[in-house]
Amino acid sequence: MNIGNDILTALPEIFLACSAIALLMLGVFRGEGSSRLIMTLSVTALIVTLGLLLMGPTRNTSAFNDLFANDGFGDFMKMLVLIGAALTMVMAQRYIEREQMARFELPVLLLFSTVGMLMMISANDLIALYMGVELQSLALYVVAAIRRDTLRSSEAGLKYFVLGSLSSGMLLYGLSMIYGFTGTTNFTTLAEIFANGGEVSLGLTVGLVFLSAGLAFKISAVPFHMWTPDVYEGAPTAITAFFAVAPKIAGLALFVRVLMGPFGELVDQWQQIIVFIAVASMLVGALAAIAQNNIKRLMAYSSIGNMGYALVGLAAGTQEGIRAVGVYMAIYLFMNVGTFAVILCMRVNDRMVERIDDLKGLSRTNPLIALALAIFMFSMAGIPPLAGFFGKLYVFLAAVESGLYILAVIGVLTSVISAFYYLRIIKVMYFDEPSEAFDQPIGREMAVVLTATSVIVLLFFIMPSPILESASAAAEAFFPAGP
Amino acid sequence: MVVQALAFYLFAAVVVASAMMVIAARNPVHSVLFLILAFFNSAGLFVLMGAEFLAMILVVVYVGAVAVLFLFVVMMLDVDVTQIKHGFLQYLPVGVLIGLILLIELAMVAGAWVAVPEAQSVAQIPFSPGGDVTNTQALGAVLYDRYVYLFQAAGLILLVAMIGAIVLTLRTREGVRKQSISDQISRRTEDSVEVKDVPSGGGV
Repeated sequence: MNIGNDILTALPEIFLACSAIALLMLGVFRGEGSSRLIMTLSVTALIVTLGLLLMGPTRNTSAFNDLFANDGFGDFMKMLVLIGAALTMVMAQRYIEREQMARFELPVLLLFSTVGMLMMISANDLIALYMGVELQSLALYVVAAIRRDTLRSSEAGLKYFVLGSLSSGMLLYGLSMIYGFTGTTNFTTLAEIFANGGEVSLGLTVGLVFLSAGLAFKISAVPFHMWTPDVYEGAPTAITAFFAVAPKIAGLALFVRVLMGPFGELVDQWQQIIVFIAVASMLVGALAAIAQNNIKRLMAYSSIGNMGYALVGLAAGTQEGIRAVGVYMAIYLFMNVGTFAVILCMRVNDRMVERIDDLKGLSRTNPLIALALAIFMFSMAGIPPLAGFFGKLYVFLAAVESGLYILAVIGVLTSVISAFYYLRIIKVMYFDEPSEAFDQPIGREMAVVLTATSVIVLLFFIMPSPILESASAAAEAFFPAGP
Repeated sequence: MVVQALAFYLFAAVVVASAMMVIAARNPVHSVLFLILAFFNSAGLFVLMGAEFLAMILVVVYVGAVAVLFLFVVMMLDVDVTQIKHGFLQYLPVGVLIGLILLIELAMVAGAWVAVPEAQSVAQIPFSPGGDVTNTQALGAVLYDRYVYLFQAAGLILLVAMIGAIVLTLRTREGVRKQSISDQISRRTEDSVEVKDVPSGGGV
């Protein structure tokens, strides 16, 4: 084993883990007042990690006895995760200072969680997969409950923890079944076994179902979505923004890697499961969101629905499908970061408000924020020519091409239903009588994030090639002999 | 061989019996003590199998640390068994049902067991690589060499757990009087004693 080579292969992860530990030490020695410094350094560490990832010459390599794998797909998804984590942390600083929850452990925990996400994406072994998932979730449980003195935050943390442990149990049960019936935990070996026509026993299928259930919980796909609205509502808003972006992308990437990598030959076994989960998620996401008055709960259901659309691409199981998942997640990242930036700006008289009614007449009291939110909502509803339309378009095209017509039709229908509540927000902002205006100014970093994300979402159709091409390159990782 | 077989049955019987007592005992403290007994006898079973390192670790970690911790927690929590047993019958059917389903699944797994050729190679990973390698060395080779990535990952998870526990529970209390030795030593007479010149005969 060449340890130098291994370290080089996993350099972004190792760097991020080491900087998290270093920042923890710095925080401990500098005391409570160092929150802002640690947050700044954490964001810097994420950016450096992104740089290391982009410069990394290693493609299609594995390290640490084949426990860890790098490929184009992993690089693309890691990029999205790092961007999402960095943007949400930039937005979080002002919020956590105003809400008196500025503690240096918060950015450190978020960094550890990000390390877990990178490990999930690069996992090439069932044990490595589990380790990544646990590192990611454990840090998030703590972060959800970080406002330990408020009832709702503690409740959110506890709920997340209990249900998360349950899903970890299911995941482990599935993993042990797969190990028992194949004799290996390594993804490469598993793929070889099935490629050589290895027998698929009932026990293996059961294991695969449990594995899918555990992963579906992590991305909050129906029927494992119960925790999402409560946790999103209870957790501090800045943390909710983090929850809604990076872990979702990492979870979905892991889902894709597990099903397309080692179990790629078993499409017949898992396609039904994914189709069901996708349909259920799209339906619940569309229907349950209609009755919501709280914008954080609304975003929770919206993210459930979005996961459903992304899973449609996975259900297709083709190169186009995986490319569509990549494109969808990239667009989802920018739409969600932007929307949460607006939600973080919802302050009246120095107090956070989160009801949809609080947005009344925003177009008159604060036309720019209203315009940005309108762009994101139109995009989520899938109105052309905004980015969200293209995300859905590619996903549905992939489904149609692999013959899943019903799935595509249901997708379009739920998309129309969900347009109702997205458009309702726009109606509230533009046609209702103004209520109290939001506090000004919103802060420079918020303005930058809002401008950047809304420009990306708005002008995606003019220059779609960077995202499309990198998503195509990512999808090729699973189809080495593909076109 | 006979001695070994006898020892095995003795240890095994005590493990099973004390494990039963762990869940059957009325007093939670007794449960923990039976748990310790079960750990000790499992360590004996490990020794019989030639895994002396695991045996010692079991005693040191589980008996020495975990069980004692349990004991403290049980004593501090003041567990009321009747309170816990309340509602037991109400949840029994659901619990039995879930247990039954899992049992059937396990039986199906056991029934459908087929060893793939790859399992052979995994089973052949030697737990003592032959020669004079002790099983401490063999474990070290697996843990710190072959699976070093997972070992480090587990370390990170434990670190996060520790940070989490501190973040969620540590409170700095106000008004606690602490001894500061440096302050005590650097105290001088001038700081604490004031010499008053009292005129004689003038009263205080």
